[in-house]
Formats: sequence, C-alpha cells, structure tokens
Amino acid sequence: MISPAACQMLADLCRTRAGIRISADRAYLIETRLGPVARLEGYTSTQAFIERLEAGLDDAQVWATVAALANTETGFFRDPAVFSQLEQAVLPQLINARSGRLRIWSAGCAAGQEVYSLAIALTEARPGATQVEIVATDLCERNLEKAQAGLYSQFEVQRGLSAQRLVAHFENAGDLFKVSPRLQQNVRWRRINLSGDVASLGQFDLILCRHVLGGLEADVRPNVLAGLSAALAPGGRLVLSPTDAADDLRSVGPGIFAHVMDARALASA
Amino acid sequence: MPTCLVVDDSQVIRKVSRRILEDLGFEVAEACDGIEALAWCSAVTPDLIILDWRMPGMDGLSFLRRLRREPGGEVPKVVFCSSETAITHIRQALDAGADEYLMKPFDSDLMASKLAQVGFAP
Repeated sequence: MISPAACQMLADLCRTRAGIRISADRAYLIETRLGPVARLEGYTSTQAFIERLEAGLDDAQVWATVAALANTETGFFRDPAVFSQLEQAVLPQLINARSGRLRIWSAGCAAGQEVYSLAIALTEARPGATQVEIVATDLCERNLEKAQAGLYSQFEVQRGLSAQRLVAHFENAGDLFKVSPRLQQNVRWRRINLSGDVASLGQFDLILCRHVLGGLEADVRPNVLAGLSAALAPGGRLVLSPTDAADDLRSVGPGIFAHVMDARALASA
Repeated sequence: MPTCLVVDDSQVIRKVSRRILEDLGFEVAEACDGIEALAWCSAVTPDLIILDWRMPGMDGLSFLRRLRREPGGEVPKVVFCSSETAITHIRQALDAGADEYLMKPFDSDLMASKLAQVGFAP
C-alpha cells in the first residue's frame, strides 16, 4: 500500500515535470501502475523504488514513472475515423501540395504505434517522389526505446492492425513481431517535454498530438497548444483528440485543425 | 440478428467463442470440423465464420478453399482463429480467402476489434 504522502509526491512529480494532472480520483492507478515500472527498473519492492524516486537521482526512472502514471493506453490506427480521414483526405492533400518534402510530428508517441500507423498509411498513400520525415517524440526514454525497437507482442499487433497490414509490414521475432525496417527508415526519435520548449524541432506539415492535452493541468494546456500551433507550417494540419478544443485554430474535421489564416484564405478563394 | 458459425474441434473454445459472439449480438451455431462446417454452409450461409486451423477430418484451410469455390461461398466473412502465429501461416490463410486472422489466446476485446476490421461494427 502506497502512503498518501508518497501518492502526493508522485502526483507532484507528474505536475512539476510535465504538467500532467493526476487527479485524486485516479490515485488508485498509482498503485497498479507503479508496481510494473519498479519491477522493470529492477526493484523488488515498490517502496524501495519510491524512495529512489524521492532522492531524484535517476532522470530516466522519473520519466518512466511519469509516463506510466499518465494515460499511455495506445493502439495501432487508434480512433479509426480519424485515421480514415487522414488516409483519404489529409495525407493525399499534403503529398499533393508539398511536392518536395513532408514533415510530420507524432507528439507523445508512447510505444510507437501511432508512428508506425502513420508510416503504413504513408506507404499506402504512395508519396512518389515526396520525401517524408516523421519526428517522433515522447517525454519518456523507456517509451522511445520500445518504440524504436519496433517489437510488439501478439496482443499489441492485433489491437487496431488488420491481418493484411500485419503480414505486409511485420516479421516474426521469436514470440514477438518486429516492424519492417522500411517503416523505420524515415523516423527520427527525440525525447521532448511538450510543456518545455519545442521550437528546436522546426515546422511541420502535419502534427498529431492525441490523447495528451486532456491529461494536462489546466494552466499548462494553453502553453502546450501554443507550442504545437507555432510548430505548424502554413497550410499544415494539427490532429488532436476529438474531445480536445483548440480555440485559436479552425476545426476542419473531427479532431483535425488548421490555422485560422488558412480558413480565411479558403473562404476568399 | 447476424449469424455466425464457430468451427473448432475444441468444445472449450467453441463455448468461449459462443459466449463472446452472443454478447456481441450474433446468433451462433457450432461445427467441430471442416466437413460438418461445409454441410452447415450448404444449408444456411452464415454472415460470419470463426475458423480454427488444425482439426481432425477436414482442417480449416481445406474448408476455406472449398467454401470459396462454392456458389455463394464468397459471402461469409471468415476470421481464422488459431494459435499459429507465423507470418507465413497468416499470409497463407489470407491467400486462401480469409478476411481476418485472430491469434489464440484471445479475449472479447480482441475478437470485437477483429470483427470491426471486417465490417461488423460494435
């Protein structure tokens, strides 16, 4: 049983490091989610791991904890309606409009399923001569390590991935499934805290930041959204969760946003 | 109500599948191998077939190839359901005319997600 003081310490860690809100009604999650992290990090007792975290000695352990306590539920082609909109409208338009180079950012990529879903969708959209670069960021190194390895269990590959796409893009690797190197070759992985400075990443034609904003503290959310908007190239698209609001952007589809400026240009055209 | 035929030589798997599929709104019938399944399909064509691979008598792959050659045999959606996880096997199942492939063990969520892939929305 984790003490209320330790729960508070862990919730504070999430808030101060990443602006992530762990509300009191989700405190029970701390217990069930911290245990596996402690074991993965080599601790036999959760209590010993908590003491280590309190000492604040190992940043990777802190981020692994923050990521585990935040909502990291994920899957391939999560929110199928959003992905079909991306496949049928957004990606073809962007490939058409950007004949040279297309830059895409998966912000909060967790264990990589969104990144590889995008890579699959792009392969299927046949970008031709267009060079595609996907920048995948997460605040947790452990997430990035898993994502970069591209290894998934049979349960993970069946969540959202059709059998056709599985056989086209994965190989067996022991009991696991490994994503094809083709899907990985245009992906760059970076550890980035969205509540910090993201300007160094440059500008993007498409940004996906889904199931992230809703878990943030109310005072952090506008800054994160401003950072995403600033990273959006003119004519680009920002994809949020259908439940996220983005007041200074214009909704052009379920959870899909564009600069207000683009909307005006469209209206006057 | 959509209909589903569960083809598996294990009575336990048939029972588990039946419960999950009934919860998902299907009317369920059972067959214990490919021969029994073919007899079923020649009488009533189900909307969906959940098909095991290895069965005594006629195995899943032989059944599927036979079914797809029958008049109207292209109609049912066929989801292979097997503990075989080799990509080569999965590809073989798709080439023979399977619409989806579910690896055992499975639960209700995975079954629902595979059914959604073949057009049975929850």
